[in-house]
Amino acid sequence: MRRQCDLASAAAVCIFVPTTSTCAPVTTLAQFLARADAIARDGAALIHTAVGREALDAARVALLGRKQGLLTTLMAALPALPTEDRRAAGAAMNATKQALELTLTSAEAVLAPPPDASRPPDLTMPGRDRWTGAVHPVSLVIDEISAIFRELGFTIALGPEAETEWYNFGALNFPPDHPAMEAHDTLYLSDDTLLRTHTSPVQVRTLQTYTPPVRILCPGNVYRRDFFDATHAPSFMQIEGLCIDEGVSFVDLKATLSEFARRFYSGSSRVRLRPSFFPFVEPGAEMDVEVDLGDGKGSRWVEILGCGMVHPRVLDGAGIDSEKYSGWAFGMGPARIAMSRHKLPDIRLLYDSDVRFLEQFSR
Amino acid sequence: MIVSHAWLRSFAPHDKSAEEIGELLNDHTVTLDGLESLRSDIASIVVGLVVEQAPHPDSDHLSITKVDDGSGTLLDVVCGAPNVAAGVKYPFARSGTTMPDGLRIEKRKIRGQTSNGMLCSARELKLGYEHDGILALTTAAAPGTPILQVLGEVGDSQLNLDVLPNRPDLLSHRGMAREVSALLNVPMALGDLTEAARQAVTAVPVVQDARQATADGVSVRLDDPASCPRYNAIVIRGVAVGPSPDWLRERLEAVGARSINNIVDATNYILLGLGHPVHAFDLTKLTGHAIVVRPTGDGEQLVTLDGIARSLAAGTTVICDGARPVALAGVMGGRESEVTPDTTEILLEVANFHPRFVRRVRRAVGLITDASYRYERGIDDASSAEAATHCAALILQVAGGRVTARIDVGAAPAPRPAVTLRPSRVARLLGDPVAADESIRILRALGCVVTQSGPDALEVMPPTWRHDLLIEVDLIEEVVRVRGFDTVSDELRAFRPGTVPDHPMHVTEVRVRTFLVGRGLYETRPMPFTTDSASGVRVLNPLAEDEPYLRASILDSLARRAEYNLNRMEGDVRLFEVGHVFARSAGRLPVEEVRVGALLLGKCRPPHFTDPDPALFDAWDAKSLALDLARVAFPGQAVALVPSDTAAMWRVQVNGTDVGGVRRLALDKPVWAGEALGVELTLGVMSSDDVAPAGQHAHAFAGRMSAAVPHVVYRTVPVTPASGFDLALVLPPSVRADDVEKLLREHGGELLESLQVFDEYRGDRLPAGMRSVGWRLQFRHPERTLRDKELDGRRSKLVAALQRELGVTVRG
Repeated sequence: MRRQCDLASAAAVCIFVPTTSTCAPVTTLAQFLARADAIARDGAALIHTAVGREALDAARVALLGRKQGLLTTLMAALPALPTEDRRAAGAAMNATKQALELTLTSAEAVLAPPPDASRPPDLTMPGRDRWTGAVHPVSLVIDEISAIFRELGFTIALGPEAETEWYNFGALNFPPDHPAMEAHDTLYLSDDTLLRTHTSPVQVRTLQTYTPPVRILCPGNVYRRDFFDATHAPSFMQIEGLCIDEGVSFVDLKATLSEFARRFYSGSSRVRLRPSFFPFVEPGAEMDVEVDLGDGKGSRWVEILGCGMVHPRVLDGAGIDSEKYSGWAFGMGPARIAMSRHKLPDIRLLYDSDVRFLEQFSR
Repeated sequence: MIVSHAWLRSFAPHDKSAEEIGELLNDHTVTLDGLESLRSDIASIVVGLVVEQAPHPDSDHLSITKVDDGSGTLLDVVCGAPNVAAGVKYPFARSGTTMPDGLRIEKRKIRGQTSNGMLCSARELKLGYEHDGILALTTAAAPGTPILQVLGEVGDSQLNLDVLPNRPDLLSHRGMAREVSALLNVPMALGDLTEAARQAVTAVPVVQDARQATADGVSVRLDDPASCPRYNAIVIRGVAVGPSPDWLRERLEAVGARSINNIVDATNYILLGLGHPVHAFDLTKLTGHAIVVRPTGDGEQLVTLDGIARSLAAGTTVICDGARPVALAGVMGGRESEVTPDTTEILLEVANFHPRFVRRVRRAVGLITDASYRYERGIDDASSAEAATHCAALILQVAGGRVTARIDVGAAPAPRPAVTLRPSRVARLLGDPVAADESIRILRALGCVVTQSGPDALEVMPPTWRHDLLIEVDLIEEVVRVRGFDTVSDELRAFRPGTVPDHPMHVTEVRVRTFLVGRGLYETRPMPFTTDSASGVRVLNPLAEDEPYLRASILDSLARRAEYNLNRMEGDVRLFEVGHVFARSAGRLPVEEVRVGALLLGKCRPPHFTDPDPALFDAWDAKSLALDLARVAFPGQAVALVPSDTAAMWRVQVNGTDVGGVRRLALDKPVWAGEALGVELTLGVMSSDDVAPAGQHAHAFAGRMSAAVPHVVYRTVPVTPASGFDLALVLPPSVRADDVEKLLREHGGELLESLQVFDEYRGDRLPAGMRSVGWRLQFRHPERTLRDKELDGRRSKLVAALQRELGVTVRG
C-alpha cells in the first residue's frame, strides 16, 4: 500500500486516488500485463484531471519518476518473470510508457501559454544604456572628507588661486627671506603676487570676514614649482580646515582629527601625532594612521595630514584677538589619498583626462 | 640629517637601542625617515639550528650536519669547526650569501659530501677576532630569523632624521643628544674629547677686541661686523697632517662623510658633532699671517676648494688674508690656503656669519654646503669660542702640535629676552592643566633657565641654541611635545557651530557637478597652464616655457584633453570641469572667475541592438545641455539661449546678462571623429580684493551671503482635457522660429497652454529657400472642454496673423 499512498500524496492536488493500480506482488506475465494496463488507464485519468502545471509535473513524477514512478516500480518486477516472458512484458511496458508520455506532452502543450506579445521573446538581450558620467577620483576623496567634517559642524569656504604675497606668506607668519618660504618654490605672477601654495589664504580671508566661532574647510587648487612627473604636479588639490573660538584647545584638535581619521579609515585604525613644523601653527604636528593599504606590505603608519594650533600671529594678522580666541588648523592632500586608495602608479593619470581612466569611477 | 647612534651616545650616554632612540625622537622631536644598521653586510645571515651532527667519513676534523634554516627543508652542511654540536644554534650563511669579506657562499662538495651553506664564526662575520670555532648563539629565536635581530646591538646604526627649518640646533649630534638627554633624563657628556686636550687649549690666553686683534704674529681684523659679528681664530703650530685614527674615521664614515686627513676630519667632526662650521687654513699660505673680513674690491677672484674660479661681485664680504680673498665666508674655503699633507701650521676659523648674509653669498655663487646650510638656518652663535676650543683640542689629540694663539674679535651675541609663560595659558591652550612643576622640569631639561616671577608667571630664558623659542606658545609646544602628544586626551568636547555659511560658489559647484555627471559626463581636473596668451596672465617663473600662461577658458583645457583622447583612438569624449580662469586686470591681481565647461564629442548614446549606430552629438544636444546647465547653475532665474553673431553659436543669458556660450571647438582631430561642441558658463567671480588691511578685520561689513533659491509656487493641476491642432507653416528665409513662436504666443490667447516644434522640412516640394516647420499647439480652458468651433476660430486668427505679419503661410 505504500506505493499507492505515495501516488496519492504526490497527486493530492488533483484529488484523484487510483484504485486499480495496486501494490500486489507481480510474478507472472499476466499479472504484469494487467498491472501495466492499470497504470496506463489510471495514469491517463490522472493526467486528464490534473489542473495546472504543478499538478501535471506531480503526475509525471508519480508515473514516470526515475526513483518511485509507478512504471519504474513495475520495471523492477521484470527480472522476477520467467525468462521467456520478459520480452513481451518489456514491450507492454514500453507501449504504456510511450502512451503516457504522449498524453503528458499534449496536456502540457495545452497548458503552455501562447507567446506573450507584451514580453520580448529573449529577455537575456541587453537593456538600452545611457552614458554614465563619473566624479573625478580626487573629488570623491574631497567629498568624503567634507562629509565627515560637515557632521562635525564645518562649512565650505573658497577663495582666489592668484594671491598676494601677504595672504599666502606674510599673514601666515612666514618671516621674509626664511628658508621655509624658499622650500615652497612658488610660482610668481609678479614680485608680490603669486599662485597660492596652499589654501591657507582662504583661512585668513575668512577670519577677516566672519566673527568666530569659525569652523571651515577650504578645498582648492594650489600650486608649487614642482616638475610634472609620476609623483609631482605643479598644480594639485588641497583641503585645509580651520576651527577658531574661545577656549579651543589642543584636545579639540586631537579629538576632532582622530575622530575624522577613524571615520575616514573605517573605525579600527590607530592614530598618532608627531611633532612637526609649519610657520602658521604652534605647536605643529603631523598625524599618522596605522593602515593596511592593501599593497602587501601589511599594516603601517602612514602620514595623512599636517596640523597644529593656529599661531597667535596668524590670528593677530587677521584682526582676531589671540588672547581671547584660539584654534587649530590642518591640511591634507586628497590626490595622494586617491593615488593610494586606487593604486594609481602615476599622478598624471589624474590630469590626463583619459576617458578609459575616468569611466572606471562611474558608479 | 644623518645621525650615528654611537656618536649620539657619546654625547648623551644611555642604554637604549637605535630603534628605541629613533622612536623616541620620532614621537617627541623630529620625524624618523629611516633607520639602517651599518652591518647590513650581514643582514642575510640567519639563525641555523644543527639538528644532526656526524663525523665526515673521509676526514678526521670535518663534520656532516643537518641544519634547519627555517626553510622547511633540512640542509646538509659540512662544517670544520670543532665546537659544532647538535641542538645548538649558529649563524648560518645560505648558499648564495655574500660574506662581509666579499666571499660568496656556494653549494659545493667537500671531500665528496655536498655542503649547502656555511655555519659562521664571529670572525667571518666581522663580529670579533677570536676564532674558537663557530659562534654558538644563545637565543630563543626560530631558525631562519636574521641574526641582526637576535645579536642585539651589532655595530653602529644610521638614523635618518628630517630636521625642519625651525630646529637648526638639531643639525648636529650634540644638538640631537640634548633632546635625548631631556627625554631620557640622562646627563650630557663631553663626547670623544679628552679633558686633558681641552685644558691644553684653554691654558693659552685669549686676545680679545671688538675690531682687530693680534697674537703670535697673527692678526684678525673685522671690517663688516654686520655680516660677521664675531671671529674666533686659534693658531696651532707643529701639527702632523696624516690619516685620522680609526675612531674618528668611523665617526665620519658612519654618517656617510669621507675621511680626508686628521685636520679636515677634526673640523668636520666639529661641524657634524657640535653644529658649528670650522675652517682650517694653512697659516703659512696666508699673506702677512693676517685674516681680514672685508668687502671685495673690483675684479677680485677666488678659487674655491672645489677648484672653481669664482669672480665676486664688488662689495661682497669675504675672508681675505693680507692681500686677497681666501674663503667665501660661511660657504666654502679657498683652494690656495687649504690644508695639505705638508701643512704644519694652521689657523682655525670659527666665526659667526649672519644668516641673511650667508644666504646672499650662497645664492650668488649657487653653492649649498654643510656650512652654509647651518649658517642660513642659524647656528648657536654663543658657542663659537667653545667650538674653536673643542676643535683645537681635537686636533691636538689627533694631529699633535701646540696652540700658540687664541683670538676672539667682535662681539658676543646679545642675550635673548626672557619669555613669560603662564601656567593658566598652558592649560587653556592644551585643553588640560599641566602642573607648573612639570613645565619647569621640562623647560630646564631643554636648557632653559626658569624662574617663578609671579603667581601665574614663569620667566623663561631659552638656551642660546634655541632660536625658535621666542614667545609663550613656543614654550607651550616644548611642554606638550616632551610630555608626549599621546598624553593629550582625545575626548570630543562640546563646540559652538560656526558663523560661516557655505560659500555660494561651492553650493553651485555641487549642483552643477551632480547634474553633469547625471548627463553622462566625466569630471576632469586638467592642468590650468596653457600656451595660449589669451588671459594675458603669465607666470614669471614657469616650469615649462611652452606653457607659461594661465588659461582664459575652461574649454581651452577640455579641447586639449579631447585631443589627447582622440590620439588614443577614443572618439566618445564627454568631459567637464569646474575651475578658475584668469584675465589680466588693472589691479594687482588678475580677475578670477569660476566657470563650468562641458565638452561633447562622439555618439550621443551608447549603441544598442535596436540602434546600432546612434547619432553623433550635434549642436542641438549642446543647446539643450547649455539650457539645462544654466537652469541648474542659476536656479529660479530667467535663462535664455540667444543666437550669437560671433564665433559662438549661442550666448547663454541669465536675467538678460551674458554668462557664457555654446560653440563648436576647433580640434586637431582625425577624420573619423565627430564634431566637438562646448558649453562654458561663468558661475561667478572669485574676488581677490583684500578683505581688510593686515592686522584688521571687516566683521562689521560681513554680509551674509545668501544662496536662497525662490520657492516653486503651485499652479492648479488642470481638471479639464486639453485639445489643440498642428500648424505646418512655410517660412521665408528671413523668418526665424522664434519670430513665429513670439507671434503664436501673442495671438494664441490666454488658453494657449503649450507650443512645440515637431518637424522641419526643406526640399524640392517647397519653393527655393523656403522651409516648412510644424508646430503643435495645445489649448486648455480651466473650467470646461473647448469646442471645435472655438479652436477653428483661433486657428484662423493665427493663420491670418502669420500671413499678415511674417509672410508665413500654411503648407498646402
